Amino acid sequence: MGEVKLLGTTQSFPCARIQWALKLKGVEYEFIEEDLGNKSSLLRKYNPVHKKVPVLVHHDKPIAESLVILEYIDETWKDNPLLPQDPYDKAVARFWAKFADEKVLIAVWGAFTAEGEEKEKAIKSALEPLAYLEQQIEGKKFFGGEKIGYFDLVVGWLSQWLNVMEEVGGMKLLEAERFPLLHEWGQNFIQAPAIRECIPPREKLVEYFHFSLTYGRSLAANKP
Amino acid sequence: MADEVVLLDFWPSPFGMRLRIALAEKGVKYEYKDEDLRNKSPLLLQSNPVHKKIPVLIHNGKPVCESVIALQYIDEVWTNKPLLPSDPYLRSQARFWADFVDKKIYDIGRKTWTTKGDEQEAAKKEFIDCIKLLEVELGDKPFFGGETLGFVDVTLVPFYSWFSVYEKYGNFSIAPECPKFMAWVKRCMEKESVSKSLPDQDKVCGFVAEMRKKLGVE
Repeated sequence: MGEVKLLGTTQSFPCARIQWALKLKGVEYEFIEEDLGNKSSLLRKYNPVHKKVPVLVHHDKPIAESLVILEYIDETWKDNPLLPQDPYDKAVARFWAKFADEKVLIAVWGAFTAEGEEKEKAIKSALEPLAYLEQQIEGKKFFGGEKIGYFDLVVGWLSQWLNVMEEVGGMKLLEAERFPLLHEWGQNFIQAPAIRECIPPREKLVEYFHFSLTYGRSLAANKP
Repeated sequence: MADEVVLLDFWPSPFGMRLRIALAEKGVKYEYKDEDLRNKSPLLLQSNPVHKKIPVLIHNGKPVCESVIALQYIDEVWTNKPLLPSDPYLRSQARFWADFVDKKIYDIGRKTWTTKGDEQEAAKKEFIDCIKLLEVELGDKPFFGGETLGFVDVTLVPFYSWFSVYEKYGNFSIAPECPKFMAWVKRCMEKESVSKSLPDQDKVCGFVAEMRKKLGVE
């Protein structure tokens, strides 16, 4: 089906989404690790608009933005479909993906970087969007049903990255008592073979989030 | 069974305009409901409980929220006059640029008229830069979709109805910097689906002026 390359970093969860999708579909690919502090000419060539990872390159044609890439993968390699067939069900999956990337992620990041008095408030704000996800997983093993689907990959970061963010950022969000169904989903997700292979080593994530925390807090401190 | 299509919208919303254009392009009959955003209808609150925002497309009682998602839904259900191409790579590029429009044009456009000083100057420059980038992407094609209106065209052209707002309060002029973009706008506006879906720039300007007065902004 042609040469497939993926430009990314090991700790980036949007990149993990793409690796998971390719592995679930049995697609062979070359992973090119990028140094985001020193962006390669290859990255600048393949994603001139945003200069970010992940970028999927297929037949030397680049595709950027992880949700766009996921849909491309699903349309190109038809085995193990990620998105449902029905247009309405597809629209619902896409809606929750946007919600997760906009509301869940931003609220979790806010709780992660907040300090002092603001921290409690930020944690409470992050619990609200997570509650929606708890509702969505009810009665299902995965968000995709019996098998891992598009939305499982989109929120896959909750299974490991969030755990590290909680430790480094000093907060508790996805607790088994509070979100039993989401917690169980996380356990099932992370144990699936195609998924497990692409989870970065914990130490690397700890290091990455320590750096992000310092950087994120200094950005907030420098805001006018 | 006849299709029942309802669009919950607010007339100045560029996101609502996207769906009006798509439905018109495909000749879909629908009921248009203009919402009072200070007094949202029970139907809106029930159809979009998560965000409580417009537009919402309701098809046979089932709501679809978020304009780009609803555009794809419309394209998948009513398959005449396709907005997205059939080739997966070209589809990915259309989705990429629609995402770019959503991330950049709306937010930066908004900043050109809601901020002041250095922040406003930076927003104006970035806005023009984004439009120029879109001009490069358009290239020599009459539309982003090629010979006919496509996904990116429908996502982008509604912001034209807000240009006089950006220019008035931002104190800058877009046309001299972006003639290619303006030529593309003209071609889009020649289509009835577009011209009937976009309100007059004057009407939008009047709406913003009144809103600013009410909020005591100047």
